[in-house]
Amino acid sequence: MSAKIKKYAGEEVRSADMKEGKVPTVRYRPKARYVWSAGIAMSRFLTELKNGKIIASTCNECGRIMVPPRAFCEQCFKPTDGWTYVKDTGTVNTYSVSFIAGDASRIKEPIIVAVIDIDGASPGMGILHTIQEIDWKKVKFGMKVKAVWKPEKERTGAITDIKYFKPM
Amino acid sequence: MFGKKRVAVVGAGLTLFRRNLKETGREMCYEAAKMALDSAGLTLKDIGSVAYGSAPDAFDGIHMKGENMTDSSGAWRKPFSRVYVGGGTGVFTADAGWWHVASGLFDTCLVVAEEKMSSCYPHPAYAFTTIFDPIMDRPHGTTLIWIFSLEMHRYMHVHGIKKEQIALVSVKNKRNALDHPCAQLGAKITVEDVLNSEIMCWPVQRLDISPTSDGAAAVVLASEDVAKKITDNPVWIDGVGWCIDSTYWTNRDLYYPDYVECAARMAYKMASIKNPPKEIDVAEPYDPFDYKELHHMEGLLLCKKGEAPKLTEEGVTQRDGDLPINPSGGLLGVGNPIAAAGLMKVCEIFWQLRGEAGKRQVPGDPRTGVAQAWGDLMQYGSVIVMRR
Repeated sequence: MSAKIKKYAGEEVRSADMKEGKVPTVRYRPKARYVWSAGIAMSRFLTELKNGKIIASTCNECGRIMVPPRAFCEQCFKPTDGWTYVKDTGTVNTYSVSFIAGDASRIKEPIIVAVIDIDGASPGMGILHTIQEIDWKKVKFGMKVKAVWKPEKERTGAITDIKYFKPM
Repeated sequence: MFGKKRVAVVGAGLTLFRRNLKETGREMCYEAAKMALDSAGLTLKDIGSVAYGSAPDAFDGIHMKGENMTDSSGAWRKPFSRVYVGGGTGVFTADAGWWHVASGLFDTCLVVAEEKMSSCYPHPAYAFTTIFDPIMDRPHGTTLIWIFSLEMHRYMHVHGIKKEQIALVSVKNKRNALDHPCAQLGAKITVEDVLNSEIMCWPVQRLDISPTSDGAAAVVLASEDVAKKITDNPVWIDGVGWCIDSTYWTNRDLYYPDYVECAARMAYKMASIKNPPKEIDVAEPYDPFDYKELHHMEGLLLCKKGEAPKLTEEGVTQRDGDLPINPSGGLLGVGNPIAAAGLMKVCEIFWQLRGEAGKRQVPGDPRTGVAQAWGDLMQYGSVIVMRR
């Protein structure tokens, strides 16, 4: 019917007019806050981060060493079997360079974002983190990187206890 | 045949897609649904059930938005269901409508998809920051564009694809959209314009991305016996498919969408399609970013892995090419009110197969088309195969 339809509904308004209240609007700002239990597996992971270590969980059926660790293997659909420490080094699987923040505003210093496959875990077991101490134009796929940890006293049991990864 | 009954699309409706529409989500839904009903020559009394789709509630700030949209979707005192699979919602809503009718439960189903992204400010992109894992991803300030740029870069790296090749998709789709009456961003641009546009998150630049939009789309589905009474020109839904990969997205190789292939194989098997590039005449793969059209052509088995950029360079995917891809103008050109954008693709295939796409009509009397959407955490594919 596309070719037969003469008029499509829709009346455009300017976003600026909405924000400035020049067209009839109503407003609301949610005040909810969230606190999540880290859960069975990730509580251990976060505690180990505080100790300056990365821990993986293992599944004896598929043989995978999994980072981030999990309480159950999603492929074999059974409880994981154990824990093992992996290294705080890894390989750049993919990366990108962000020039904008979450609200799409520009940021001054670009952030190098990467999926880093962790050494000692099964192939392709990566985590998301940032890379620093290198010009973004010099980052390469397959580059080896190492975690830069916060000083022990400043760690809180969070993925940001690793400040960033740097080239090895 | 799968299901108890063969199902046809018998009507379609669409609103304008714009950055900011005065209409509320409800009003947009009504307009699209009413247009779809009118185009089928039906009234709400003729409708058995309603399937509604929209992506994150966070844009509207109305939690359980489905309930907010029921009246406007024509669901007053009817069996109503909302489906939600992120960006994959639009096509999946049509898939859901299909099973309402194919099961034999209903003779007709009104399928409505809507998105109003403009309500969230300072920028709708901010709503996406709450989709990420709170332990591993959010503390970094992760955004949607981060993860898509990671995927695009991985895809480029594995196949040795250049930005210039990918930019051709944006050039093509924005140009196609000039012929779409609802389009938000139809334009004549060049590869250089794309390459010189503002860097958002390298390798993603401003003109690699679809806009944020308000808009709604709708289709009317009917069982075979009912469809034949409504129209001489039904378009059959001969295959549906959907599949999801692991939410541990950093544990997957992002260079290829296995889940799209899985969904496509499900739909092709249902439609008895053995050789997709030969048997499919027109396709509307999901293109929120230019590289995604290429990624999804490969996932849909329309070409070999890594081959989509070459076909694009050769002009195969132009509207008058051997395999027209996104003749509507896609999300890059028509706009991206997420769930509505997916269903817009189903509308486009409907119009293309009926020969009613006007200036956008692909030549060669197309008989078989496919639409596809993609969503959740880069992990979900929904597919629909339609035939005249």
